Amino acid sequence: MSKSPIIKDEELHAYVDGRLSPQRNAEVKAYLAANPEAAEKVRVYQQQNQMMHTLFDRVLHEPLPAKLENMLPAPVPRRSYRAVAMIALSLMTGGMSGYLLRGEVTHTIMVAEPFTGRAAVAHAVYAAEILHPVEVGAENEAHLVQWLSKRLGHQLRTPDFTSFGYQLVGGRLLPGDKGAAAQFMYQTGDGARLTLYVSVKDSGMEQTAFRVQEENGQQVLYWVDDNLGFALVGEKGRNQMLDMARVAYQAMSF
Amino acid sequence: MNYHTLAEHIPSLRRYAIALLHDRNRADDLVQDTLERAMKKFSLFVTNSDLRAWLFTIMHNIFINQISRRREVMDTGDTAVQDPSAYNMAEELIVARDFIIALQQLTDEQRSIILLIGLEQLSYEETARVLKLPVGTVMSRLARARERLHALLNGEAGPQLRRVK
Repeated sequence: MSKSPIIKDEELHAYVDGRLSPQRNAEVKAYLAANPEAAEKVRVYQQQNQMMHTLFDRVLHEPLPAKLENMLPAPVPRRSYRAVAMIALSLMTGGMSGYLLRGEVTHTIMVAEPFTGRAAVAHAVYAAEILHPVEVGAENEAHLVQWLSKRLGHQLRTPDFTSFGYQLVGGRLLPGDKGAAAQFMYQTGDGARLTLYVSVKDSGMEQTAFRVQEENGQQVLYWVDDNLGFALVGEKGRNQMLDMARVAYQAMSF
Repeated sequence: MNYHTLAEHIPSLRRYAIALLHDRNRADDLVQDTLERAMKKFSLFVTNSDLRAWLFTIMHNIFINQISRRREVMDTGDTAVQDPSAYNMAEELIVARDFIIALQQLTDEQRSIILLIGLEQLSYEETARVLKLPVGTVMSRLARARERLHALLNGEAGPQLRRVK
């Protein structure tokens, strides 16, 4: 190891919390590249922060309990659900033509769907996993698809995301709300990961067109068809995620 | 400066309170008490800039008072870990549950520090003001809290979070 600048432990935390000057930030970044032990610490702390967001951010989008809402003389500003409903409606009527909302998505759409929460948690947990991201790897794709289809009781397919630079890594079986759920994982050449979570539709899930939810920089794109709920989770921009959701939707539906 | 401004902060006050207390009813009570006190003192507060930190300070003071009152009554010393299944969020995933349990096993102060900085993204200076600690103390306790959380997740918690090296 070449002589490295002295980076105090405190600065690793400040790095994780984004509290360093741009210059110092770059220095710490370079230091981490040469010091796996420090890099591991940073990864652990980052994962802690991410986990807290994954678990608790949804509270931000819940309607307030009446006792809090009634406290303030002025009404609490709310998101425009009307606009959201309009978009959803236009999507429904767009039907099978494959029309999808694109750049015009300006609202972050928040709907309390527990399965998207599970998808986000499963993504946070397994996308960060280095050694065992999947149970069955892409080399056994046919077996993977057959196995998960059987466990979910519906024919699944693995969407082809190669045009977006993503290759299938594999998949795993997860607990869903009422039964089994499946997670397919994809990865780019530089290691960015994306997961597609599929859960059997239960009574609490309503059929929807594509919806977008954002949690801690993670885009969760989800939709529910006759039998299954799907959630695509990744860190890419919303437009690309929408394009990928369309590909997934088509792969799963036809 | 009006009540709208105050209202904007309610969701993040709730997020923090729920993560801190792990009990939605108590969390909403805490938010309610915080808002009541904030509205009473509202006129005293002139600048908009650190309204958020000010609200967290009020909440922290109420929280601390409640804790000490509870301690007097119960005198158990240890923070009780509640049944995580009462928390209706991603409960199927053991990892999430382990994390919530580990978070509850931190001391109140460690949990406050980790949540204010990692979740609510308050600066170290703001956190120091909220908790009435020197900034250096906040930073060293943050480091200790994160290491402890890590240790809890690796050792005493379930196997799912044990990292494979």
